[in-house]
Amino acid sequence: MSNILLQIFIYLCAAVVAVPVARRLGLGSVLGYLIAGILIGPVLGLVGSETQDIQHFAEFGVVMMLFLVGLELEPRMLWAMRNRLLGLGGLQVMLSTLLLCLGAMLVDYEWRIGLAIGLIFSLSSTAIVLQTLSEKGLSRSDGGRSSFSVLLFQDIAVIPMLALMPLLALPEISMSGVEASLTEVAADGHHTASLVSGLPGWAYAVVVLAVIAMVVLGGHYLSRPLFRFIAHSRLREAFTASALLIVIGIALLMTLVDLSPALGTFLAGVVLADSEFKHELESDIEPFKGILLGLFFITVGAGIDFHILNQSFVLIMGLTLAVMLTKGAVLYGLSRLYRLNHRDSWLFSLSLAQAGEFGFVLLSFATQNSVIPTELSRMLSLVVAMSMLLTPILFILYDRLVLTRVEPIGSEQADEINEEGSVIIAGVGRFGQIINRLLVACDIPTVVLDHEPNMIEALRKFGVKSYYGDATRSDLLEAAGIENARLFIVAIDDKVKSVELVELVRKNYPDIKILARAYDVAHLYLLKQAGVDHAIRELFESSVEAGAEALRLLDMHPFRVEKMLNAFRQHDLSGLEQLYEVWDKDSELAKNRSYLARAREHGDTLRDLLEKDRYQLHDRSDRGWTPPPKGFTHQLKEDK
Amino acid sequence: MNSSIKSENKLNKKSILVLFAHPSPDRSEVNMPMYNATKGLPGVTLVDLYAEYPRMNIDVDREQQRLIEHDIIIFMHPLYWYSTPAILKEWQDLVLEHGFAYGSEGTALQGKIFFNVLSAGGELFAYSEKGYNHYTIRELLHPLEQMAILCQMTYLPPYALFGARTAVEEGRMKIHISQWKRLIQALLEDRVNMELAIQQPTLNNNLDALLREVTL
Repeated sequence: MSNILLQIFIYLCAAVVAVPVARRLGLGSVLGYLIAGILIGPVLGLVGSETQDIQHFAEFGVVMMLFLVGLELEPRMLWAMRNRLLGLGGLQVMLSTLLLCLGAMLVDYEWRIGLAIGLIFSLSSTAIVLQTLSEKGLSRSDGGRSSFSVLLFQDIAVIPMLALMPLLALPEISMSGVEASLTEVAADGHHTASLVSGLPGWAYAVVVLAVIAMVVLGGHYLSRPLFRFIAHSRLREAFTASALLIVIGIALLMTLVDLSPALGTFLAGVVLADSEFKHELESDIEPFKGILLGLFFITVGAGIDFHILNQSFVLIMGLTLAVMLTKGAVLYGLSRLYRLNHRDSWLFSLSLAQAGEFGFVLLSFATQNSVIPTELSRMLSLVVAMSMLLTPILFILYDRLVLTRVEPIGSEQADEINEEGSVIIAGVGRFGQIINRLLVACDIPTVVLDHEPNMIEALRKFGVKSYYGDATRSDLLEAAGIENARLFIVAIDDKVKSVELVELVRKNYPDIKILARAYDVAHLYLLKQAGVDHAIRELFESSVEAGAEALRLLDMHPFRVEKMLNAFRQHDLSGLEQLYEVWDKDSELAKNRSYLARAREHGDTLRDLLEKDRYQLHDRSDRGWTPPPKGFTHQLKEDK
Repeated sequence: MNSSIKSENKLNKKSILVLFAHPSPDRSEVNMPMYNATKGLPGVTLVDLYAEYPRMNIDVDREQQRLIEHDIIIFMHPLYWYSTPAILKEWQDLVLEHGFAYGSEGTALQGKIFFNVLSAGGELFAYSEKGYNHYTIRELLHPLEQMAILCQMTYLPPYALFGARTAVEEGRMKIHISQWKRLIQALLEDRVNMELAIQQPTLNNNLDALLREVTL
């Protein structure tokens, strides 16, 4: 037990120290994790051979990441990507494999080994690339999207590659007897039994189709009642647990039928992309993904065998550079073929030039299947690791060299902001609903958040873009796109929470405009102090309108009522502002002497207040359209 | 909320208040460019009345204070039924009170200069005895001229753009705006020949003769 805790302690320590330092130095979190891994592994020797097992476990972070990516990708968008996915992705894998295979054959390896090497190194690192792209805000750029298409294709291509490996086996190595592990290692290195190993081809196809249909239909029809049921329990951890359950369940299902778990969860993500629980799911899975991916990067760093690296440093670095140059050249050629602009072409080529985590998987699988000799495999796994280590450095080069030389970001970026809701409404009861209707009627995109599942369900039926979740959580606000929002509206009915929410948003996003719903004057002042741009008393306008209707029912001339209303509003507003000046939150309201004095002045007796209202109102409302005094014309000079 | 744009007035002698009124600025082709050309000029206070009082709830005190602080008062607007858009009429009804703007004690506006900057749909010829509008623009603006006189202000003819619906297509906006900038600069520096200006049908007419050029 204490041993496990010690391990966790070391890994967390490394992450906590190295990552902030790396980010501060502008190196990005991925490089930070990798360096942390090198420190605790080869350098200090704090962790040893168990990194292999941890790595297999941490690869689950990639599965979660693809689930999150799927959530961001509605089916419509996926369909729009199909050309790039198949064209760009397919060509990248084929050309890279071919060139690397030829390269290996040039140095006298047999074609089977060459092909295996080509396949292994044609894959890139989904974990590093997606993590870095989103960290740099490049996921939505053309280059980012193209990179994603290729990565997705590679994730799919892993499965046929795994199937192909045993066929490439060299007869002379397979004698050495590693058959035991053959059945053990499935895709992603998860140790599971396969349900479909003995099935004929057609039956396997049926099973695969059935499983995919299960994920799609289940995601579409079953997830909603399930989430709603859980949301009603109002237990945060129940929702988190169910989100994890879904991801892990699907991953398990996929490995049972020999499909890629990453692909399965990605599919589930896409199915859930238009769900009202999308943002809640995102913010629940996000931390797990972050920690697991971090762990994964650390294990890559820790797994670097400095002994071998020292022995043949030049050879390994040479191989790494050769692989990356070959892949980079293929990628650059393809980016020109697909007409990416200059900046995106570089991003695309630099970001995908490394080998990836699936490379490790394929490599160990190939070794176990006697395709690649063990000696060579050790060296190659170092090449994979070194290329991953170099990638964050390439990203830094991209920032320094390409971005500074190329024209500044153009109008394309501005358009993309519009994809996010430019107004976020927290709380969509009777108050928020009206606001939302008005904004939508004016073609202003809104994102609506509420913690009441029934409300969200009802709004969704009317096509309102609404999401379930507690708006006072900053991760949910981030998921809803607050960074790109122009206005944040707090329309929740909980007094304490709304002040907290305003404080939170104001602290993290100093530039956003905030409009809030106030319960009464005291609440309005608290909101003002918390930093709202404008607060509106929820009942004031409707009460004033009811008063006006009363006057009309009493046969007062409607336009005179209108004038009274105007005057009343102005009188009330000036009183509100005067009192705010003396209002002091730190001491309680009752202890604030000057406020009390002012309040007494205003409302000592209700009669006084009304009397005062009466005089001031009449003064104000009669100000306009006052006829000049009788006989005023005598004063005006006549032209004689 | 105060949407007026107040600029420092140090170098120039005169100060100008432009009261802008357009109820649908997003569709404006003439008045919005004029508004933008006027925005930020030193010595000029520009007030978008419909923005400041969207419910026509004009603040009388604030508006009277603005009048007191400026030497030249300008209404900038499209011509609606031979007069101003409704908010400018409302503004007159509320702000020009007896005892402030007129009457034996109402001398706040005495000696100030007043005129309209307007756009009209009809061609210049339409605003003549033989045209379909039958009256000249100066004749149609008589109520405003008389308003100025009763408030003891000097009334100048309007700076007007006729045929406003096709001004953009016919490329007439550039010259209209540049002439406007010349005029407003001359007003600020007190370089307008008032005696001559008063007699013109519009201020666009013979502008060169009205303006004394800068002497160094």
